[in-house]
Amino acid sequence: MSVTINIPTPLRSITNSTSELINGSTLIECLNNLDEKFRGIKNRLIDKEGEVNKFINIYINGEDIRFSDGLNTKVESDSVIDIVPSMAGG
Amino acid sequence: MKVEALKCKGCNAEYDKAPRYVCDMCFGPLEVKYDWELIRKNTSIKKISNGPDSLWRYVDLLPLDTDYQIDLQPGFTPLIKAKNLGDFLGLDNLWIKNDSVNPTFSFKDRVVSIASNKALEFELTTLACASTGNLAGSVAAHGAKGGLDTVVFIPKDLEKEKIISASVYGPKIVTIDGTYDDVNRFCTLLSEEKKDWAFANVNMRPFYSEGSKTLGYEIVEQLGWDSPDHIICPGGSGSLFTKIWKGINEFKDLGFIENIKTRMHIAQASGCSPIVNAIDKENNFVEPVIPDTIAKSIAIGNPADGLNSVELVYETNGTGTSVNDQEIIEGIELLASTEGIFTETAGGVVIASLIKLSKQKKLESKETTVCLITGNGLKTPDVIAKNVKTIDIDTNEKNLEHLLATSN
Repeated sequence: MSVTINIPTPLRSITNSTSELINGSTLIECLNNLDEKFRGIKNRLIDKEGEVNKFINIYINGEDIRFSDGLNTKVESDSVIDIVPSMAGG
Repeated sequence: MKVEALKCKGCNAEYDKAPRYVCDMCFGPLEVKYDWELIRKNTSIKKISNGPDSLWRYVDLLPLDTDYQIDLQPGFTPLIKAKNLGDFLGLDNLWIKNDSVNPTFSFKDRVVSIASNKALEFELTTLACASTGNLAGSVAAHGAKGGLDTVVFIPKDLEKEKIISASVYGPKIVTIDGTYDDVNRFCTLLSEEKKDWAFANVNMRPFYSEGSKTLGYEIVEQLGWDSPDHIICPGGSGSLFTKIWKGINEFKDLGFIENIKTRMHIAQASGCSPIVNAIDKENNFVEPVIPDTIAKSIAIGNPADGLNSVELVYETNGTGTSVNDQEIIEGIELLASTEGIFTETAGGVVIASLIKLSKQKKLESKETTVCLITGNGLKTPDVIAKNVKTIDIDTNEKNLEHLLATSN
């Protein structure tokens, strides 16, 4: 199934696009498939311990993945994944 | 130039000065990198002391490269000895930093004064923000004064007084059906498209947040160039909390004070206390929460400077305290009835935390304790409206003395 991943500015130099259509049934599957297409992009999003980079938040259809199953959160067809720098606001 | 570059706090990568806030390499936050040699040459205690009665007395330490054009005269607010409240709590050296008397009645004028002038420097057309209310008012006022188009984004359920007190300056007000964290995410994504907009607390954040350090400067200067033993600060994003500490440390680095003895205490509402939760659990990460509190100005469930705040509490041997809605209301009323200062809910959080810390014997009577009151009570009057009592008479009333004596 195909989901839309909105690409944040710091990664657009890798993708040359503002969004990508990617297949996967969970968030981590989608990120792995994104990495197949753009080698190395996953390393910018996931740290060495396998956790989400502490400087970003990931949302699926506007819901923070930390309120669901984190990287194992299921995605549905037509879901929209936002990768958002966390250091804003306040 | 006083501002040399922007530097990533995560990986030290450097970037040209621009409206940007995040590192392309690691997504870390960008901070202003100053030319401290130049600043040392240009600033002194004497020069500051002779400066204007506003935060512009510290302009040599602020991240503007040109003269400020927009000036509502923010900052240099009173530091008041709170004798009555101190007597009530058994504290001999208690002070209130009353930032509710800023031009738009909250500390946000400190940060927006920097962001709005920086927007002019960068020749941006529109001043914008994601806000819990106080920031919206300040952005709207500074935008009006500077002749900038202004758009403020707020949660739909914000107190009506905060919406009115932003609306009067003539901004476009966009309400979003969600929490502040939803509004913030929306603006963060929008800022990637609106390249000629200055989002005060998004793409201008490295500059904007520097305005908060002036609260640290002022506390030190107003205490006679000394650091207090304790600072109790409300915690929303954690930016104010960490920047006050930065300000005090810069004064030490400049030789204006010899040492720093301050313990930093953060105060949150129990309905939204992700930072205090992390401190209580001794975590080195901050779990987001969904806010549910009357203290809406600090109802940030996913605080950008949360982890930095937790680390600062550990570093200074400080504390994190959370208080419930009833305690917040009692805090507002206690400050008003003892010191004649009417604060909004965030100030109630601080006073309620002060009471708790005092009862827990974490503050010594002789120690200098400074409480930050960051916003005005007329912005959140509804929370105390049910406690209003009147004695209702007509002009023929003969029993007034009895009524006065028996009312409480």
